[in-house]
This record gives sequence, C-alpha cells and structure tokens, in this order.
Amino acid sequence: MTPLLTCKDFLRELSDYLDESVDQEVRAKIEKHISECPNCWVIADTTRKTIRIYKGMDPQPLPADVESRLMRALEKKLAARS
Amino acid sequence: MPVTSQSGTDETVLLAQSRQGDRRAFAELVRRYEGKIFRLAQHITNNREDAEDVLQETFMKAYEHLDQFKGDSKFYTWIVRIAVNQALMKLRRRKTVKSVSLDEQIDTGEDTVVREIAAWDENPEQQFSREELGAILDRAIQSLDAPYRSVFVLRDIDELSTEETAEALGLSIPAVKSRLLRARLQLREKLTRYFKRKGDDAFAYL
Repeated sequence: MTPLLTCKDFLRELSDYLDESVDQEVRAKIEKHISECPNCWVIADTTRKTIRIYKGMDPQPLPADVESRLMRALEKKLAARS
Repeated sequence: MPVTSQSGTDETVLLAQSRQGDRRAFAELVRRYEGKIFRLAQHITNNREDAEDVLQETFMKAYEHLDQFKGDSKFYTWIVRIAVNQALMKLRRRKTVKSVSLDEQIDTGEDTVVREIAAWDENPEQQFSREELGAILDRAIQSLDAPYRSVFVLRDIDELSTEETAEALGLSIPAVKSRLLRARLQLREKLTRYFKRKGDDAFAYL
C-alpha cells in the first residue's frame, strides 16, 4: 500500500496536477484525496478555474496614443538604420 | 510595391523580410505582439509609463538584434526575454520601498496558507461584464509581489512553458514552479471574494 496523501502533500502537487504533468500514480492519489477532502476539492476546483479565466483573457488593443508613439519611435529608429 | 495587408503572412517570411530591411514586414510583427508585450510590461512594472518605455525599447532592440534570432525558439519567446529584461531594469531602477527584487530570497511555499475556502459557480466570470472582469483580474495580479507576478503572467497568461519562463526570468525550474503555485493560490483566494457561490457566504472564513 502506498501511503495516502495529506492536505499538505496535495498542495505541493497541485500546480503540476493542474498542468497535467504528474505521473499516473500521483494523479490517482490526488484524485482519491480530493474525492474525500472537501476543502482540497474546493481548492483544486477554484485554482483550476482561476487559471482558466486568466488564460481566456485577450490583451486589450494598444491604446491609440501608445500605438502612435511606438510607431513613431520605430520609424525614427528604422530610418536611422537604412 | 503595392500596399497590401500582411496580416495573414507566415511569421518566418515576415522575419526574413524584416532582416532584409523591409519595414512593413517588421511593423506587422510589431502589430502581432504589441498588445501582449504591453500587457506583460504593465504587469511586471506596475506602471503605465514604464510599460510604454519597455514596449518601445523591446521592439527597437528586437529590430537591432534581429540577426541574433536564430529561430530555435519562438519569435514571441525571444521578444519576451527582451521585454522582461527591460522591465526588470525599470523595476530595479525605481527601487521604491514597495518594489521587490526578483532575485530576493523568498520562501518557497512550505508555509503556503489557504485562508478562504468557498466553492465557486461553474462559470463565475460570466456574472461580470468584460470591463468589470478585466479590472478584477488586473487588480488581483497587481496585488501580488513582483516575483510571483512575473512568473504567473509568463506561465498562465502568456502561456510560456516552465522552461521558457525560467530562462526569461533567469530562475531555476523549481523556483518557477514554487512561485507559480504561490501565485495561483494567492489569486484564487483574491478572486474568491468575487466568484464565490452566492449563499455560501456563511461558510467563508472572515
């Protein structure tokens, strides 16, 4: 019998688990732990959602003034080189 | 040469054209990544003016050193490294009381504390408008300390690999991993305030 995971062990493995970079055995242990520990289940679920929500954020288009200053600066630089 | 849109042109073609001095090709590369680089710079520096400087310096340096880009990494990863370096220089130069150096020793998650545990709805972000959500997410990130912020932005927003993030920030892989875990847990906790399931308040720790 492999030893069970404590909540502390679970937290240590959480990132790799959510990134799907733990091996089969560790994954099974984590899933067993969160099926029995409601607090760790909530932490896994809400951390997964946190990552998903941030991943879905497209960058805002560059503000027009920032864009025009960037292009002007580049034009100047590029013109100086050619 | 006719003025046509290059928005569909393959990146390697644009790079080759840029190396030969084609300014329009380089401008197209800039347009592809300027939004992401500006966001990254804002997140690292926490300052709009500095972020704009970083944005300009990044693309100027990229153009200047285009010959050094060998194509063994993605072009985006390459400019991210330039942007991170520029942003960290800004951060160090400012040296305000609040700024934390990325090299600073931080504890690595042994004492990771989870204070608030409350379940969220399935898609909690849908209760907010795009603008509201953007503001909530940005505010949460800005409240992280610099070492956590940079790692989170590169890994979970810009979706760089652990190895690419380690390289861009000059950190070891274990350092990236432990900082990412801390960042994710801290953000989870900050967002719980907004996203927790209605009616669960009675169970939240205050």
